[in-house]
Amino acid sequence: MNLQAHPDDLTASLGPLGRRFAGLALGAGILGLGVAVAVAALTPGSYRRFMLAYVVAFAFVLSLALGGMFFVFIQHVTRSGWSVVVRRLAEALMINVVLVALMFIPIAVAVVQGHGSLYSWTQRDIPNQESQGAGPPSQAGSAAVNPHPSVGHAERAFSSAKQAYLSAPAFIGRWIVYLGLWSLIAWFFRRHSVRQDTEGDYRHTQRMEAVAGPVGVVFGITVTFAAFDLVMSLAPHWFSTIFGVYFFAGSVVASLALMILMLVRLQGHGLLKQVNVEHQHDLGKLLFCFVFFWGYIAFSQYMLIWYGNMPDERVWLVARGASTAAGVANGWSTILLILLFGHFLLPFAGLLSRHAKRRRALLTGWAVWLLLMQWLDLLWLVMPSMGPKLHLGVIEIGLGVGLGGLFMAGVWRSLGQCRLLPVHDPRLQESLAFENI
Amino acid sequence: MMDRSADNLASPPATDGNAPVPSLYALMGEFEDVDSLLAAAEKVRDAGYRDWDVHAPFPVHGIDKAMGMRPTILPWLSLGAGLAGVAGGTFLVWWINATSTAALPATLSGYQYLISGKPIFSLPANIPIIFELTVLITSIVTFLGMLALNRLPMLYHPLFKSARFRRVTDDRFFVVIEASDPQFDEPKTRALLEGLGSTAVERIED
Repeated sequence: MNLQAHPDDLTASLGPLGRRFAGLALGAGILGLGVAVAVAALTPGSYRRFMLAYVVAFAFVLSLALGGMFFVFIQHVTRSGWSVVVRRLAEALMINVVLVALMFIPIAVAVVQGHGSLYSWTQRDIPNQESQGAGPPSQAGSAAVNPHPSVGHAERAFSSAKQAYLSAPAFIGRWIVYLGLWSLIAWFFRRHSVRQDTEGDYRHTQRMEAVAGPVGVVFGITVTFAAFDLVMSLAPHWFSTIFGVYFFAGSVVASLALMILMLVRLQGHGLLKQVNVEHQHDLGKLLFCFVFFWGYIAFSQYMLIWYGNMPDERVWLVARGASTAAGVANGWSTILLILLFGHFLLPFAGLLSRHAKRRRALLTGWAVWLLLMQWLDLLWLVMPSMGPKLHLGVIEIGLGVGLGGLFMAGVWRSLGQCRLLPVHDPRLQESLAFENI
Repeated sequence: MMDRSADNLASPPATDGNAPVPSLYALMGEFEDVDSLLAAAEKVRDAGYRDWDVHAPFPVHGIDKAMGMRPTILPWLSLGAGLAGVAGGTFLVWWINATSTAALPATLSGYQYLISGKPIFSLPANIPIIFELTVLITSIVTFLGMLALNRLPMLYHPLFKSARFRRVTDDRFFVVIEASDPQFDEPKTRALLEGLGSTAVERIED
């Protein structure tokens, strides 16, 4: 409310600081990418590992952009007032889905190349496992290990329809549709929001609200199938209908964490001071909510597979170290435990209290941690396609920093191209005066 | 609410000789806007009153601070209920599925059924039950705890006898200082409320 006394503050923009932030992020990105490419080039036979690590990094930046998109349209669906002062941060994440679309090219090339260089279904003969190296599935409670328990069942499951679905033309075609629709959605919301700054017309808001609901339907379907295609098809015999929701839940956690960190950085430079502890509290509530949602979905997926104990479903979890039993535990068991505690139980307890969400340093710490956990989660989903050995080295980290840096350079650049507050949003005053009761 | 005219409300109905003499419940000050209500609340808080309340037609931002309200203990009740739910749920599934005590009568003994080849006590299968009990007990305790801390449901309140108080649902704001407060002294408290810019001060009888 005190800000109404200083209307000049509302029109602030990032200015030259944006170029500096973008430059730093770009430098880190190029460095990370360079190191990863160099190490992969010097290590013979690391092409597939490099490509899988690229999928991890790509899925990571994609999840940040899609999480931002979810934030934007859900605020318009609910005609929410509190979030107007932080919406530009989410819009900057969202619009860079266009940059992420360019990053898809190496994956498209690998798919067109075929020979199972990235996805095993691009081979003529599809192996019955994710890869030759996937861990041996075991009978629960029995020492007997059958190396090929699921050939007959899984081969039947891999029907001709699935083969048509998982073919290079269908895959590339679907991704053109996903990336095209996401770019269109991002462009629509960004354009209306930014044009309102100069035109001052409230009808831009009405237009965005009218479209936001149907956009949610398109978003839900495309994100689900994109997660199926990008990550789940690495294990082409395996399927989980909840997999898209799992990816979505992690995306929202990561994008909220990133928005909190961007906010902290901007406020450290005296910008966006209109965002106060009340807005921070609400961002914290959403973060807490989606941490729990992620855990709920992850457990739902795990429990059904564990309970059914079907060989062709179990293999996926076994390859990801979902057991501490001798002979079944592998290099990924530790990562799985880190995810159970680090992505769910500890942040759940840590963010439960109102005071934790309102304390800046604590919330920032959890935001950094959860951003790392989202990356680790994607690593755990993708990299076990290389086999039971833990693959977490310079290539994976370098590519994560690389694509992450390029993405952030794009985000800071987008944020610098408009005002930090949608000055003519009809709910801006409501947002400035927002208080939790 | 009963449909009684304002006149009847303003003067209590005639009582027969056996009815108790109405005692003073509180002094009520009326205010016309939020700003004077907030300023008045700060003054009453600083004067050290304890048994008092404010009433407004809508939620007023910053009123907790102006009244000096301490944080509620409700979150701790919720946390305790949640932990009790975890413990109780775990005990329930363990007792029912994984115990078989000859010392107990058969009706109190557990049922050790082997289901789907899983261990008799197996955490993944039990988490949904533990989770649901946690949510159930937490929400019941939070809801009932909120009612209890607010002393709800409250079927009678002396303020409802005041005709002036009816405008609290429309366009008037009230500060009510109760006679039970140790600092309460009718002339002094009346002077305080009048000095705060209230448009009227009314005696509320129980």
